[in-house]
Amino acid sequence: MPDNSVNSAISANSAHEEHPSYLRHHFNSAEQQADAAGFAMWLFLLTEVMFFGGLFTAYLVYRNWYYPAFVSGSHQLNVVWGATNTVVLIFSSFTMAMGVWCAQTRRRRGLVLSLALTFFLGLVFLGIKTIEYREKIEKHHVPGFHYSLQSFLDPQSDPEVYAEYHDKPLAPDMARHTELYFSLYFLMTGMHALHMIIGIAILGFMILRARAGAYTAGHVTFVENFGLYWHFVDIIWIYLFALLYLISRHQ
Amino acid sequence: MSEHSEHAHHIVGPKVYVIILFALLIGTGLTVWASFLELGLWNPVIALAIATTKAVLVVLFFMHVWYSTKLTKLSIFAGIFMFLVLISMTLTDYISRAWGSW
Repeated sequence: MPDNSVNSAISANSAHEEHPSYLRHHFNSAEQQADAAGFAMWLFLLTEVMFFGGLFTAYLVYRNWYYPAFVSGSHQLNVVWGATNTVVLIFSSFTMAMGVWCAQTRRRRGLVLSLALTFFLGLVFLGIKTIEYREKIEKHHVPGFHYSLQSFLDPQSDPEVYAEYHDKPLAPDMARHTELYFSLYFLMTGMHALHMIIGIAILGFMILRARAGAYTAGHVTFVENFGLYWHFVDIIWIYLFALLYLISRHQ
Repeated sequence: MSEHSEHAHHIVGPKVYVIILFALLIGTGLTVWASFLELGLWNPVIALAIATTKAVLVVLFFMHVWYSTKLTKLSIFAGIFMFLVLISMTLTDYISRAWGSW
């Protein structure tokens, strides 16, 4: 192993035969390189924590201010779809984790299968999200010129939701703030879905590379770091599910 | 080939992943079940406690932080701490803003 002093340039030449081709020369060892790459990925994920953190904070502040509007808005969400999507994402995190293990233990077919399952479950999640979005569009609950207060001024006009929650009508000025709830709903779930779409695209690329044996020859950093990204997106959804779907059911 | 350096890296096996998978599924079931109960103030507390437990399991085992370097652990802790500062300072401000004005 070459040491990290400048004088070792001569010995570095002969060291070429000893170290794997993916080891960059500014690292002492493959392990140091892997640690540095993992650490950098975590720094990126921490910027993502701050990004989604701002959205979560905005949600909490406005929920405190316009509590009745946020409760009625939340009653429009379908807990069954939300829970199904949570389970889908948890399974996709599991298949991704299995993919990382397959890469680390050099199982090419297992890796391709794990990545393909993760890819598929990601698409299932987006499909369910599409069904939910379509319902919001049909009810005119998308913020904008066509936003409708009907479900909140006259809850009985929305029989499915009324049957479950028996909401009282909101005063017009409070009902207006349900639009804020849906703005945050679409912003948060939309940013989450965008992360899913980016992840699915990268998964597609990885499946092609994995079939060629790219990640099962010792260099697994890309798979490991993508795994971190995918699990992070899963964690965001765990909180979105609790905050958007669950916590307002009984108020 | 570089067996020596790769194997110094801890590899988490399928057994751990399966256990965590079931823990997460049970957590999801519990949180949905709890949301159907009438618990008043405790509904959001329980939902967030279960969500946080699930997130911690994902971070520690799916994301291998349990086995990672002290540098990574400290950085993650710092990031989460800053997030908690963001939440607590903002909510402290907004909740106490109108105090004494009525």
